[in-house]
Amino acid sequence: MKLAAKDLLRLATVGSVDDGKSTLIGRLLVDTRQLFDDQLDAVVAASEKRGVGDLDLSFVTDGLRAEREQGITIDVAYRYASTPTRKFIIADCPGHVQYTRNMATGASTADLALVVLNVAHGVKEQTRRHLCIAALLGVRTLIVAVNKMDEVNWSETAYLSVVDELSTLAHELGFASMTPIPVSALLGENVVERSSHLDWYDGPSVLQALEACTAGSWNHTTTGARLPVQWVLRQNGGGRTYAGMLSGAALHVGERVTLLPANVETTVVSLTSGSGAHQAATAGLSIDVGLADETDAGRGDLLATAPLPTLTKEFEATVCWFGEQPLRHSQRLRLKHTSKVTPVRLQEILGVVDIETLSVNAGDQLTTNDIGVVSLQTADWLVVDDYRDNRVTGSFVLIDEVTNATVAAGMMGRATFL
Amino acid sequence: MSTSLLQAPHMTNHLDLLESHAIFILREVVAECERPVLLFSGGKDSAVLLHLAAKAFAPQALPFPVMHIDTGQNFPEVIEFRDSAVARASARLIIASVQDSIDQGKVADPGPLGPRNRLQTVTLLDAITAHGFDAAFGGARRDEDKARAKERILSFRDAFGQWDPRQQRPELWQLYQGKVNPGEHLRAFPLSDWTELDIWQYIEREHMELPRIYFAHERDVVLRDGMYLAVGPFVAPRPGEVVERLTVRFRTVGDANLTGAVLSHATTLSAIVDEISLANVSERGATRGDDKFSETAMEDRKREGYF
Repeated sequence: MKLAAKDLLRLATVGSVDDGKSTLIGRLLVDTRQLFDDQLDAVVAASEKRGVGDLDLSFVTDGLRAEREQGITIDVAYRYASTPTRKFIIADCPGHVQYTRNMATGASTADLALVVLNVAHGVKEQTRRHLCIAALLGVRTLIVAVNKMDEVNWSETAYLSVVDELSTLAHELGFASMTPIPVSALLGENVVERSSHLDWYDGPSVLQALEACTAGSWNHTTTGARLPVQWVLRQNGGGRTYAGMLSGAALHVGERVTLLPANVETTVVSLTSGSGAHQAATAGLSIDVGLADETDAGRGDLLATAPLPTLTKEFEATVCWFGEQPLRHSQRLRLKHTSKVTPVRLQEILGVVDIETLSVNAGDQLTTNDIGVVSLQTADWLVVDDYRDNRVTGSFVLIDEVTNATVAAGMMGRATFL
Repeated sequence: MSTSLLQAPHMTNHLDLLESHAIFILREVVAECERPVLLFSGGKDSAVLLHLAAKAFAPQALPFPVMHIDTGQNFPEVIEFRDSAVARASARLIIASVQDSIDQGKVADPGPLGPRNRLQTVTLLDAITAHGFDAAFGGARRDEDKARAKERILSFRDAFGQWDPRQQRPELWQLYQGKVNPGEHLRAFPLSDWTELDIWQYIEREHMELPRIYFAHERDVVLRDGMYLAVGPFVAPRPGEVVERLTVRFRTVGDANLTGAVLSHATTLSAIVDEISLANVSERGATRGDDKFSETAMEDRKREGYF
């Protein structure tokens, strides 16, 4: 068999608890025959054992004992599907508010969000929260499964009312596109095959919509090339190359680059990836870069082409706080940005986001799962882009100095809707 | 210079992106952790992992040793491959032996033919402590099992080596952070997002060597619990079992007494890729006795500190 050249699409499910995210993913995998016979048999056996009918599709992804006992999703399950031209990485995310950190984990690398909501309930608070986080994380494309259509007798009126409500929110949050689809995940209507119950609907099924959208928008960027130096490789016979994963614009041999924060200009003389030497490399590739001039570049430095990023020790950022203790004024933490780790102090909480109204209100602390706009001060220089311009050089995490737990996701700058 | 700028950028496909991501993870863990180690079983996944590790740090030597948790119930072809692969990578090999754990009375002796799969956890955790490792690379993939599908790429283990699936660290973007306190460690899984088919397509693309038992060959087997087990030092036919000589290959490599062979005529990598593309049964379902004990066998073992 010829090795097919496939692209890679990463998606995350988004929505409130019990609206049917896991069931939809289960249905999608079963109906596209991505599950092996023994895996399907195991789901059937587990369904019978727990007395939830012949086949509880949510058990395809809810693999932990506690998840099956409680009938909820606690953490992200990653599942994989493949068509002749595309590999899908599916992050099935939990809907409960206390597992928002896990939802953010799944959505942070997603090209698109697959929103699942119950047609009878409309947009719940947790759906708003998830969409808000997805928008903050830079997801631009939504595919919306308006689920449980069978429970409202396939009513177009009910469908349109939910779509209306969601369109308004998606517009406020600045998503670039939204494809709503009426479905019944339970019955498999409009998931893979077009439904026969919905003569008023002539759009795509969920699978058709997934196949039609653009892969790799995770790397959407408006910056020049960015290569955070991860590791310095000493070459045989002397000389060094600088290894890291490229983001932003493509990088070419012969191109002028600036080493930051030292602000030294030099020229790229070689680009090598796992598959050999190249004249040019694109975002998402791990490459070693050879430079024309001797530099003292090391881990934590950045190679960049114009337009250059910003050098800063004090900046405004949007954070999702996951810590169990509240984040307060002048708190000290560790910050990891690209390959750089530095002490950081919270200077000020500039505002706390009200999920209901999307307004930013005054506040003096962020509690678990709050989204806030803050100003931070770091000990070392950081070389950053606005998150909306580059997800790699625009993102950071905050780390508890004692437990080493990751307590916040941070994005440089402020989203347009805040 | 002028001509190079006119050339189209190198086109990437899913294997390039998976390779790049794995190399990124390998470098990041080595940079953040003090004493990493790569767990190597001689199976296809750990072979790919070692291959990627060599690429990540070339032309320098691997900045960490390779460790085999040796149950003593191996296929000889796998041990042969282990030694040649480690030599090719110029890596330092540590062998942690389950037999030693048995001899020291740390685990009960299951007898010469008894299963040793679960005993490995004790040997593994002891070796991690004894060598002071703070990170262990493994070749586990999320498509293998529903508990693995839930695990982070950098997965935290407490001072008892335990995994707590309810308290995993958030893992945002590709900001893998690997700091742990003394006594704790990380498991790092650079192949998390690879499927079995990706692994085989990559092995084919890279012209990698593998243990011969992955390719179809004739072998004496007995059918036990729906699996063909290879008759040999660790599997003796039981009363009523018929020894058959069949053309088989192994889809996974584990202990000789727990790993089933599949009927196959695939003698080349491209034939294996074809076979995997059309398979109806998962690799662990087809071949692994160790996962059949209960619905959450893997989760339970992982909580205790298993691979």
